[in-house]
Amino acid sequence: MVEQIGVFNYWIVIALMMTGLYVVISCRNMVKKIIGLNLFQGSVFILYISMGKVEGGTAPILASDFTSYSNPLPHVLILTAIVVGVATTALGLALIVRIHDRYGTVEEDAIQNLDREV
Amino acid sequence: MEAHLPVLVVLGPLMAAPLAVMFANARLAWWLAFLVSIACAWFAVNLLLLVQDGGAISYELGQWPAPWGIELKVDRLNAIVLTLVSAMSAIVLPFAAASVSDEVAPDRTYLFYTCWMLCLCGLLGITVTGDAFNVFVFLEVSSLSTYVLVSLSQRREALVAAFRYLIMGTVGATFILIGIGLIYMMTGTLNMADMAERIQATSHLRPVQAGIAFILVGIAVKMALFPVHMWLPGAYTHAPMAVTAFLAATATKVAVYLLVRFTFTIFGAELIFGTMQVGMPLALLGGAAALVGSLMALSHGTDVKRVLAYSSLAQIGYMAVGIGTGMVLAFAGALLHLVNHAIMKSALFMALGAARKQGRDDTLDPLAGAGRRMPITMTCFSIAGASLVGIPLTAGFLSKWYLVVGTFERGWWALAILTIITSLMAALYMGRILERIWMHEPDAGTPTSEGSWLMWLPLVVLAVANLYFGIETEFTATVTLEAARELLGGWKP
Amino acid sequence: MGHHYVLRVVSALLIPVILLFALYVQFHGDFGPGGGFQAGVIFAAALVLNALVFGLENTKRVVSPSAVRIGAALGLLLYAGVGVATMLLGGDFLAYSVLAATAIGGQHLGILLVELGVGITVTSVMVSLFYNFAS
Repeated sequence: MVEQIGVFNYWIVIALMMTGLYVVISCRNMVKKIIGLNLFQGSVFILYISMGKVEGGTAPILASDFTSYSNPLPHVLILTAIVVGVATTALGLALIVRIHDRYGTVEEDAIQNLDREV
Repeated sequence: MEAHLPVLVVLGPLMAAPLAVMFANARLAWWLAFLVSIACAWFAVNLLLLVQDGGAISYELGQWPAPWGIELKVDRLNAIVLTLVSAMSAIVLPFAAASVSDEVAPDRTYLFYTCWMLCLCGLLGITVTGDAFNVFVFLEVSSLSTYVLVSLSQRREALVAAFRYLIMGTVGATFILIGIGLIYMMTGTLNMADMAERIQATSHLRPVQAGIAFILVGIAVKMALFPVHMWLPGAYTHAPMAVTAFLAATATKVAVYLLVRFTFTIFGAELIFGTMQVGMPLALLGGAAALVGSLMALSHGTDVKRVLAYSSLAQIGYMAVGIGTGMVLAFAGALLHLVNHAIMKSALFMALGAARKQGRDDTLDPLAGAGRRMPITMTCFSIAGASLVGIPLTAGFLSKWYLVVGTFERGWWALAILTIITSLMAALYMGRILERIWMHEPDAGTPTSEGSWLMWLPLVVLAVANLYFGIETEFTATVTLEAARELLGGWKP
Repeated sequence: MGHHYVLRVVSALLIPVILLFALYVQFHGDFGPGGGFQAGVIFAAALVLNALVFGLENTKRVVSPSAVRIGAALGLLLYAGVGVATMLLGGDFLAYSVLAATAIGGQHLGILLVELGVGITVTSVMVSLFYNFAS
């Protein structure tokens, strides 16, 4: 039982991941989809970073008094993933701005109706 | 120079893209893209010649030794895909030079070619790398550039299609990231060769199996395998024609390569087909993809671009069936189909693009009776169409043959018969289009003459390739059978 | 923003400090948290603050859109250029050890240049994103 509570970071990861995925799938508004995508990607960041922590380890900068360091590799991986997330969000929002210019709305159903009329 | 080939393939487009941005000139950007594609194709052919006897080339980035540093690994499977992607880029670019002026705003054309080069860099990077996280990085580089390329068309449906592609593609790539993270957590390494060794010890643990599942689903999204294929019809239909021709030949093929790489090189056939029993679901989804794709293609008779897009879904389904059976012959058929589909589909899209550009009215069908007015273009279209159906003497025949025979050998009669039935459906919808081209009278929208040589020369190259690989099958058959045998590593169902 | 005196005065005092802090973060990536991406974003944040408080036109005069476009390309070329330089000097791609007389010196120099490239590109891209969304 204590083990299930001890891995609470993974519970948080799963909760965020499912929330984000649900928002992406179910929301009809495009901006909300991007928000859901960010939630989903945020959960992945927490997964990586929380797995990198070594119990009793200090920050991964060499110092003479310490022998145990946390793993710095997940941090580097997540830095890359954060940049990718930022770029994706920026691109998504830019597309939304242009869609709003051309269609007048960012609701998916309204856009589908407009496309069907043509 | 020869020692640095693996990294030069990625470095070339990576350095040419910022040059195109700096000078902001459309002509310069096109020339940079074209010269870089030719250079990459040259490097890729050299790599293929170096590894064709079965050896592998390893290149350590930063001279950091293998499990700690990022390693680029080229073997037979890699080299084939590298050559395919860079050659397709070089072939489609002349067509793009002619067709892009109608579809992309003039002040954005240099950005179009910049994104083209970044996409090429990403696709070649995915193919050449030997490090799992590096795959994710290059996957995102190529995907983001693809979203931009799709959205650059001036029609507003392209924006919605690009947005949907962005959402689905990012979810898929993030799934791959989660899978890599879970496996890294359990094995402690990101290097593909090292992971392959270490994963055998932990393969019974749930995080590893969950990680494998995440990775396979993520790759399925990128590959547009049923049921996560919804982004493909919209993206292919509304993107600029040169983009569709390029993407149809490369993006999904690299995703199939990634599936093969992860399944056979890293996880191993025993783990995937034996312990986790992925073979049957994969083949079933492939069969469903073939069925859905062919049915949708049949029902969209008039919009040829959409018909071809749905047809792509079916072809990807065939590749999934071939991989799922776990038999050498069917797997070789899938690998062969990977190359064949690239050369036939992009030829079909380019021919359609040439007809649309020469057509005199955007709302009328340019293909009615076009056979008489544009003989070269339409002959190439017909050859590529025959290859799509799988007519003997074209390249498509051998891959279909291997797929069907391999599936029969495995004992999955229903799937093999489904493959044959869907090929007949392909004959139906291609036949309908070919009838319109050759048998109907030209009407108001039909082009009056052949397009510029920039548009029909790449077509002729691809049509000749289709015929050549259909008649002279020795080389392609042996290479793919060897690669399939090596990858399966002696596993039998 | 003409009548928000407090905002204008405080921003005018803070923006140089933010820029300096960004430079600090840029060059301390070796020894502590920091590096190219973080510094680039902080640098861009200072410029965005300038645009928000003093007006987009003013900021565009300081950092013009074409400068930003060239900056984005230049950073990437610097990064790839370091890799090409290491290849020309005899090592593999991005093998920093060959860049200086000692291996450690080469590693420091290599990372410094590479992070500088990243910082320039990230700043330019963030600022150009802001310019595009704001107009």
